[in-house]
Amino acid sequence: MKMEVADSVFQIAMVGETPAKVEVKNLAVYYGRFRALNEIDLTVHEKRITAIIGPSGCGKSTLLRSFNRMNDLTPGCRMEGEIHLDGENILLPSVDVVSVRQRVGMVFQRPNPFPKSIFDNVAYGPRLYGIHHKADLEGIVETSLKASALWNEVKDKLNQSGLSISGGQQQRLCIARALAVEPEVILMDEPASALDPISTLKIEELMQDLKKKYTIVIVTHNMQQAARVSDYTAMMMIDDARAGHLIEFDATNTIFTRPKDKRTEDYVTGRFG
Amino acid sequence: MSHFSELMNHNRVTRTRQRKAANTIMITLTGLVTALALVPLFWIIGYVVIRGGKSINLDFFIHLPTPMGVAGGGVLSAIEGTLVVMLLAAIFAIPPGVLAAFYAARYPNTPLGVALRFSTDVLSGIPSIVVGLFGYAVIVVPMKHYSGLAGGAALAVLMLPTIIRTTEEMLKLVPHTLREASLGLGAPEWKTSLSVVFPAAINGILTGFLLALARATGETAPLLMTSLGNERFDIGQIIRSGIQSHLSVFQIIWKIINQPVDSLPLALWKYAQQPYPERVNLAWAVALVLMLFVLIVNITARVWIQNRTQRMKG
Repeated sequence: MKMEVADSVFQIAMVGETPAKVEVKNLAVYYGRFRALNEIDLTVHEKRITAIIGPSGCGKSTLLRSFNRMNDLTPGCRMEGEIHLDGENILLPSVDVVSVRQRVGMVFQRPNPFPKSIFDNVAYGPRLYGIHHKADLEGIVETSLKASALWNEVKDKLNQSGLSISGGQQQRLCIARALAVEPEVILMDEPASALDPISTLKIEELMQDLKKKYTIVIVTHNMQQAARVSDYTAMMMIDDARAGHLIEFDATNTIFTRPKDKRTEDYVTGRFG
Repeated sequence: MSHFSELMNHNRVTRTRQRKAANTIMITLTGLVTALALVPLFWIIGYVVIRGGKSINLDFFIHLPTPMGVAGGGVLSAIEGTLVVMLLAAIFAIPPGVLAAFYAARYPNTPLGVALRFSTDVLSGIPSIVVGLFGYAVIVVPMKHYSGLAGGAALAVLMLPTIIRTTEEMLKLVPHTLREASLGLGAPEWKTSLSVVFPAAINGILTGFLLALARATGETAPLLMTSLGNERFDIGQIIRSGIQSHLSVFQIIWKIINQPVDSLPLALWKYAQQPYPERVNLAWAVALVLMLFVLIVNITARVWIQNRTQRMKG
């Protein structure tokens, strides 16, 4: 653990501050009459990895799913407050959800490739946006699979089903699928929790690579993972009304070495949660 | 050893013996009953094969029925009629059934979704003769004549609940995460349903179609009141005379479906009650053909679907 924290300190020292990509202002999310999230203020920096940690049920996924309006799909879900993507409030009713989701891609907890060929999985997004020329699609598929470090493993079997490869490969296929529409932000909801340690390591290495081009927000239950991969960490907690709220947000090394909040310290040192 | 554990030990030995005896008795009993339940099945199949096999030859499949007392002849009219009626039933039942199932799977708790589920349950319990009567009143009477069209429509009503329910169940089995993956890429709902959810559920949906078709193939009562039966039904003849009188393709198709048609269950029913041994033999043969028809549809479907599933999984 100490080693990893030291690494993280080193990372931050190397990177420096970047402009805000996503700004959450006084966000509240309701499921029916139940308030799931309360008074969230958070800044996600461009081309950095922001981890959201906290005990189960504190609303980490709900917060993440607000960033691309996936919460809209949950019946009875309502959002208040503002989320600015490059300064534009994406919670306004006038905003086109489709274009938000193109700019903010998502990778889910369990690998969920479509029951289609590897090629068609990656080409699904581009086809949605009207790209149908075979040569164009082939180029996009290759670039995306290379960017998700899967190309060498699947280049000879692009016509095979996306379900025929291993779980770790499937998750990287899902990342390639998200990259194919050239998003600006990638949301990852516990992307490695269903994977073995070696596949997890590959995903984590991939994230370091991806952050050169993309802004990444990751929800994780794994504290070491948050310490290893992220530049910033947001710590969430449930308040007395059972609504999730943010208790601390800072550079990852600060959260893991000198947290300001006692609850964060207890949580990251494994004293509860 | 204490008195208690001595007693326990004694009990354990007798208990074990009792349990083993009970086990043997129950296994024998359930096995016997299972075998008993299989008896009628094999009896029916065996009897139909033996009695019907005698009258089956090539003529049986390629000739129209001969007049009573004239030797030879086949049931070509019934085979063609069954194909026509089943095709019509599939065309009438499958598209609305699938669309309704999509609605029910996506919005199960809306008033319309609840009403749909309730009415499919009710519909699946309606006796088929009532459906036949409905077809008679709604199609035969206004058109003033019996037709294959009316038969297809009646069978479609019978197939509809099965198609809606199986399709709905299959759509619900598609993991929610697949829908989210597609929507997360910015795909609209309809596109997600069409190109992700539907293909993922297609195998089960096709199985539902075939089960519904196979069941409807054997229905007699609705056809009695709608397509009536027609020993002179001959598609080849209709097409030939249509071409001779320069009818368009649509006019020919209309001629085929707009007249009374024969079908296998109708022919079986008709022949079986006639007092001539050769006609009764013909009825047995028809029974065999009907059985084989359903069996072949089922087996090909299953093999085809299995291959598809394997290709999907890679």
